[in-house]
Amino acid sequence: MKVPTAILTLIIGILITLASLWVSQNNDVLLPIAAASEAAEIDRLFAAMMAIATGLFLIVQGALLYSLFAFRRKSDDQTDAEPVHGNVPLEIVWTAIPAMLVLWLGIYSFDVYQSIDSVGTMGSHNMAHQHGDMEQVADADAATMVTDQGQMPSGALSQAVATETVEPLQVNVDGLQYAWLFTYPDTGIISGELHLPVNRPVTLNITARDVIHAFWVPEFRLKQDAVPGQVTHLNFQPTEEGVYPVICAELCGAYHGAMKTRSIVHSGPEYQAWVDSQLVANTSRETVAQSVTASPLEHHAAAMGLPDHLHDPHQSDLAQAGHSHSAS
Amino acid sequence: MTEAQAPHLEEVEVTPWREYFSFSTDHKVIGIQYLVTSFVFYLIGGLLAELVRTELATPASDFVPRETYNELFTMHATIMIFLWIIPTLTGGFGNFLVPLMIGARDMAFPKLNAIAFWIIPPTSILLLCSFFVGPAAAGWTSYPPLSLMTNKAGEAIWILGVILLGTSSIMAGLNFLVTILKMRIPSMTLNDMPLFCWAMLATSALQLVATPVLSGAMVLLGFDLLVGTNFFNPAGGGDPIVYQHMFWFYSHPAVYIMILPAFGLISEILPVHARKPIFGYQAIAYSSIAISFLGLIVWAHHMFTSGTPDWLRMFFMIATMVIAVPTGIKVFSWVATVWGGKLNLCSAMLFGMAFVSMFVVGGLSGVMVASVPFDIHVHDTYFVVAHLHYVLFGGSVFGIYAGLYHWFPKMTGRMLNEFWGKVHFAMTFVGFNICFLPMHVLGLQGMNRRIAEYDPKFAALNVVCTIGSYILATSTIPFVVNAVWSWLAGPRANSNPWKGLTLEWTVPSPPPVENFEEDPVLAIGPYDYGTPKALDFVAATLAPAPALAADSLE
Repeated sequence: MKVPTAILTLIIGILITLASLWVSQNNDVLLPIAAASEAAEIDRLFAAMMAIATGLFLIVQGALLYSLFAFRRKSDDQTDAEPVHGNVPLEIVWTAIPAMLVLWLGIYSFDVYQSIDSVGTMGSHNMAHQHGDMEQVADADAATMVTDQGQMPSGALSQAVATETVEPLQVNVDGLQYAWLFTYPDTGIISGELHLPVNRPVTLNITARDVIHAFWVPEFRLKQDAVPGQVTHLNFQPTEEGVYPVICAELCGAYHGAMKTRSIVHSGPEYQAWVDSQLVANTSRETVAQSVTASPLEHHAAAMGLPDHLHDPHQSDLAQAGHSHSAS
Repeated sequence: MTEAQAPHLEEVEVTPWREYFSFSTDHKVIGIQYLVTSFVFYLIGGLLAELVRTELATPASDFVPRETYNELFTMHATIMIFLWIIPTLTGGFGNFLVPLMIGARDMAFPKLNAIAFWIIPPTSILLLCSFFVGPAAAGWTSYPPLSLMTNKAGEAIWILGVILLGTSSIMAGLNFLVTILKMRIPSMTLNDMPLFCWAMLATSALQLVATPVLSGAMVLLGFDLLVGTNFFNPAGGGDPIVYQHMFWFYSHPAVYIMILPAFGLISEILPVHARKPIFGYQAIAYSSIAISFLGLIVWAHHMFTSGTPDWLRMFFMIATMVIAVPTGIKVFSWVATVWGGKLNLCSAMLFGMAFVSMFVVGGLSGVMVASVPFDIHVHDTYFVVAHLHYVLFGGSVFGIYAGLYHWFPKMTGRMLNEFWGKVHFAMTFVGFNICFLPMHVLGLQGMNRRIAEYDPKFAALNVVCTIGSYILATSTIPFVVNAVWSWLAGPRANSNPWKGLTLEWTVPSPPPVENFEEDPVLAIGPYDYGTPKALDFVAATLAPAPALAADSLE
């Protein structure tokens, strides 16, 4: 009793679909916990891609494995196989289906990207404009800050409608060999760890002092290069209290693997307590700056040729901060 | 091996060994020069990879100094890309096979061909010498400003090396383009060409268009490094992102330079051993051209986290995903070629089918990383390391091995040992997957790449990867021993041991100096298996030449 091919194909199709659906529902072990509102969206996208990938994987590997056993040449058979040169309808199908899949995936990815990028500026602005010495860089920076003020209100406005006029917390992030420096322009706090209040939108303004670094918190699913001479931005909202690693994801020198710190997402009162304790502890920027330069890696940074005269682009950000807020 | 000890074994001239160390202009000698030279660098690059994996066997940085670790992975990638995969596929297989397949007596510009090869040995020695002064340590991407600050002497040598190797690659690309377009026998139209020639056509166009931009980037980087200009140095107002654009304008097409010829090899190997025509010849041929063109407009997908503007990210995301369509056409066509065939599961075929299987994994993860929101999470993590090794090892290197097993008889006139070939295959396949499959999970979980020390929670999977890499390293031993032994004393191969239908199988193994005694006439399409004509054709290639037949009767 031979099972008809059509029924067999149908059963295999159903099994592959079920396997794909199962993978799309059970892949959370592959990812760390999602601790930001943006992370959930990206995880759903990942699950969808895993489902499609599982289906295609099973089809191709299954066909190859089946061929390996079913179409092995008999040792006494020296003849050729059936001369099939192609099958135009079949070829149209396997061109059209992947084309539609990637089109759908492109639109879906675009949609997710739009939603995680709702405040508007995940990109960067180039402060250096490729010319000029340090003074001109500072001037150019001031000029771009003006254009930023033009953009910020509209972005903040749309955000305001969504989340009951919560101003995003601004944090300036500095990457340097081999540490992260977080400056809170509202309060002047400078910290080696990123402290954030839960459920409040955050805007990170990221730059680097020496070489390119990359700010990455796997639990937020967000990564952004820190480029010297430019300020790049990340907008997100932490949703889970906890302690998460901040990792440098762009090769930055010998101690790249050791360039790590923590991101601590607090409840509202806890965060306020941290802010208060910091305001008591450090009132001046210089004390922390000195403690950073006294880090054990400093001698190594000098050996690596770290220029100590590099401009800190956030200094002008700090100067402009009050102005910027009055505008929004 | 029964097919190998075929009816007649004519005495063929074996190229004297001195020829291989000379400025020979014979495309077959040059092809073998490329293959052997680059295989040596494969072993060196592999050794560097084993040192990297040994360091990563434990979470702490405890095997080599951190600076050395960065040098190791930088040189590993540089050697594997510029001295192994590209020269082997384009220089090695391209040189040996293209003129034979199109019925030409040599390449269009034989001297240029020899120059292109002879640039490589001094350049590679120069690159290796940089270990005496501290080699480049800023990754093979060599992003400024880091590349301007670390190991300046090594970095200068690296830049010079890349410019020279790029020059060699441009010369080769030009030569192949002219050869394929102008040197085919008159009866062979473009649509009668073996698919490997189509793949080389697409590859050569990429080499010609993209490589000069890399050379330009290297010249500017060299000025920044040595003269103190500020093209890319933000300390003087330069823009490091411009370097990334120039670098990836070459280095993404370079991925296709490394995979398209392997696609071509697989399109040759599968039909021969499945005894079945290639499924959808034109779709496979034109998809190579489509991939070649699309490959030029996707480079910024390597820069999704660099602070590129939104519209750029979206454009490059869509363009990248579109490449999945022509690539998918190829994969499905290969599967359909194998389907319903009469498979001769020799080492070449096993590597060929494993190529399709492994490349699909790399292709699927490739579409995933093309999606900007997902890439923002996995960029510069072990997920990308896994992806690129599934494409470049599971793809290119499996393709190279399939090609070596398939054409070794033609190149040397000797058969490789099949038993040790299968041992080699099994070890490579198992070792490769143990080494690279867990890396997907590591990257998703949060392990970034290019690090000598990592969070102890990743330790277990890293041990698995390291064990896999040791199996992978060991797997080359049976191959090297088999190749050397068989070349010296293996059983003689006849002119067509696999009963192929392309023109290289009509000449003796190894082919004589000018390839063809008289210009061949196309008697049969390259994949017309299963027809009476194919039987006649194969019989003719195996029939002893009249004069030799007379000799053997005496």
